[in-house]
Amino acid sequence: MYIALGVLTLLGLSIGTLLAYADRFLAVDEDPLALEIQNLMPGTQCGQCGFAGCAPAAEAIAKHQAPVTSCPPGGRQLADTLAEMLGVDLDVSDIKGQLIAHIVEDRCTGCTRCYKVCPTDAIMGANKQMHSVFAAACTGCGDCLEACPEDCIELSPESVNVENWQWPRLVA
Amino acid sequence: MEYLHLFIGTVLINNVVLVKFLGLCPFMGASNNLNTAIGMGLATTFVLTLSSVCSWLLQTYLLVPLNIEFLRILTFILVVAALVQFTEMVTRKISPALYKALGIYLPLITTNCAVLGVALINVSEQHDFIQSFVYGLGASLGFTLVMFIFGGLRQRLALADVPEVFDGAPVGLVTAGLLSMIFMGFSGLV
Repeated sequence: MYIALGVLTLLGLSIGTLLAYADRFLAVDEDPLALEIQNLMPGTQCGQCGFAGCAPAAEAIAKHQAPVTSCPPGGRQLADTLAEMLGVDLDVSDIKGQLIAHIVEDRCTGCTRCYKVCPTDAIMGANKQMHSVFAAACTGCGDCLEACPEDCIELSPESVNVENWQWPRLVA
Repeated sequence: MEYLHLFIGTVLINNVVLVKFLGLCPFMGASNNLNTAIGMGLATTFVLTLSSVCSWLLQTYLLVPLNIEFLRILTFILVVAALVQFTEMVTRKISPALYKALGIYLPLITTNCAVLGVALINVSEQHDFIQSFVYGLGASLGFTLVMFIFGGLRQRLALADVPEVFDGAPVGLVTAGLLSMIFMGFSGLV
């Protein structure tokens, strides 16, 4: 039994050491900043920033090629965090208004297609029941618009409330 | 000549996927597109050939002399897992696109039963070192060949007008069955 234990332990140790060295030699130089930014982002790959997904957008933001305000679903909060991380001045008026999906209820047939495609589970509903959108969870990606066979979902700017109101930019 | 027989026998007649039915998970999972299928085949080729050789070495020079053959499966799994880790690092370094395309299927090579299966068959068939190498290489090239054929077939299937009930996985499985029957036809070649 001791031989078996010893052999397995030695085998595990030696293979682990080899892998650790291999990891060092084959390390990929990824930008840790881009990775960190990507983790902060909503991750719904909505494409509202104009990039193919959150990963390329994070890379562009890390390289200062895209403004910190380019993520509408992230909103003010994300823009603030990114501006602090990258040490840039935040221009609040650049933050695009968040779009929110609304279901036109007299046209909705309760087909459930929209909530199946929603990446943030922001649509509530059941078969043949009226669906509606949780404004707080909606990122305005527009996936539901494409899925809706009745064309009854509309994107409109979020209404201004205490949570998202911002000071107007000072004009000198 | 003996090695050539073994090689052709493993690639075509005793094909791991279609005749021995090992490694069906990546066969169905990673064959939607020809490039991914080839990438998966090549990654598995690397892992399978190396693990075949390494496990033979371990079996002959470690497990048998110390009389601890009951640890065979555990040891082989350890070697396979380490090789998969290594392959993952290499793919990530060399081809990030392939690394993204293979996704979860790359670490899943660890649980590809063809890899462990070939290592264990090497033991039960009492292959020597070169035979193990040829057998591992043959099995993995057979796997790659089948992945290549099936990837191409599924690309065509995606464009074909398949009846709705058969669309997707069902027609894939039917195709795999037909392909398997074709490969059974190779028996008697050597």
